[in-house]
Amino acid sequence: MAFSEKIRNIYKEELKGIEEAGIFKKERYIHSPQAADIEVEFPKGSSLKKVINMCANNYLGLSSHPEVIKAAHEGLDSRGYGMSSVRFICGTQDIHNELERKVTEFLGTEDTILFPSCMDANAGVFEAVLGKEDVMISDRLVHASIIDGIRLASAEHDTFKHSNMKHLEKKLQLHSDKCRRVVITDGVFSMDGDTAKLDEMVALCEKYDAMLFVDDSHASGFIGKTGRGTHEKCGVVGKIDIITTTFGKALGGASGGCVSGRKEIVEMCRQKARPYLFSNTIAPVVVAGVMKVFDILSASTERRDKLEANSTYWRKGLEDAGFVLQPGDTPIVPIMLFNAKLSQDISNDLYEKGIYAIGFFFPVVAKGQARIRTQISAGHEKHHLDKSLGVFIEVGKKYDILGKTKQEIIEMYGL
Amino acid sequence: MEDMKDIVLEYVIEEYLEDEDEELTYDTPLISGGIVDSFSMVSLKRFVENKYNISIPDDKATPEAFDTVESIVELVKKYIN
Repeated sequence: MAFSEKIRNIYKEELKGIEEAGIFKKERYIHSPQAADIEVEFPKGSSLKKVINMCANNYLGLSSHPEVIKAAHEGLDSRGYGMSSVRFICGTQDIHNELERKVTEFLGTEDTILFPSCMDANAGVFEAVLGKEDVMISDRLVHASIIDGIRLASAEHDTFKHSNMKHLEKKLQLHSDKCRRVVITDGVFSMDGDTAKLDEMVALCEKYDAMLFVDDSHASGFIGKTGRGTHEKCGVVGKIDIITTTFGKALGGASGGCVSGRKEIVEMCRQKARPYLFSNTIAPVVVAGVMKVFDILSASTERRDKLEANSTYWRKGLEDAGFVLQPGDTPIVPIMLFNAKLSQDISNDLYEKGIYAIGFFFPVVAKGQARIRTQISAGHEKHHLDKSLGVFIEVGKKYDILGKTKQEIIEMYGL
Repeated sequence: MEDMKDIVLEYVIEEYLEDEDEELTYDTPLISGGIVDSFSMVSLKRFVENKYNISIPDDKATPEAFDTVESIVELVKKYIN
């Protein structure tokens, strides 16, 4: 046995350090399908508690939609459970190709390649399409999976201040000697809920001959008039060179992701992206479910319209109550608390009163930027939002933060 | 020496601070203080390398070595000499 006591103790110490730093993550077991109303076992072994879920990425409420479930059942029956192979050996079915076509059409791109997850798409794409003579210039708040992808690539990298177009332009000028430049951003930023200025970024990329990469995981299916994503909202459909997105959030919420964009980029991924080459793709049952999601979204904008109305209602309710919010107009509505312990205490109180919403603090967000991130869904009905609002106000009163400014909250609780 | 500190400090303020009125001194913790994330540190490394015509090996360009303007200047001095 190579796992000696000495090795075990090293891990124990490391885990103790994580616990002492207050960043030890504990899972909460959900005993029901993902939805606005869920039953949760927490802490482990306790009896089930019915709570309203205010922190899922289930933006369109499609995770447990009957038509999606039915389609997945049919996919399971007609195409089986697994492929037992990567795509290029014997792991590609007709429905994988069909889903790639549907995604391309929906996003308004040239071509699409599926990945086991968007984490894999982001981890694999840069290494596949860039070399050491190139540069990647990323927004400082991009998702962790993009950071991993950048680390795996041989191209040089640099960053620009979050959504700061002047700083981005300086960086594009600084790297004008590189062969290829790619500007990298999230479409909607997951922690703040703000939207990238894609129209301005497209203009800068055209001016400095750079490609534009957008991770639209928190936008695909509901941002923009017909839910195509951030590029639709910003009026630049067809002008984004590389879009990555996930099927694990609004688009059914199961798993899987993709790279969609210029056909040469997609083909390079097919030839060289390691997560595509060395891992099975999305299981047939999930492919069938995601295809149904695209059918639902292409037939009607009803769900994204309801989500938009719900988000506006929720944001206004919190604003009127006197919470400090991150500005934005997406279903991600962060309630700013600044102090890490306060975010944990409030999250615990909310849970006690039947509202499931998680507190985030450093290192997930910057120091002194602790918050409760709420996420609205088309699966929420007005009664869910009203009950949640009532509980948020009750807890807000307990901690005396309603109507207080950022400075006042920091004076009361510290950073 | 003071010059070098001021040059690095000025770069850090311009490159990383959102609000340029924010107070920053030679010994403000940059990385452990959450002002510069370790991923964005690369532009700071490149800046001092280009400015002073040196090359700092990756294993020496640690978050600890880049944590304050003071420690960055100490590191740069080693490679200038």
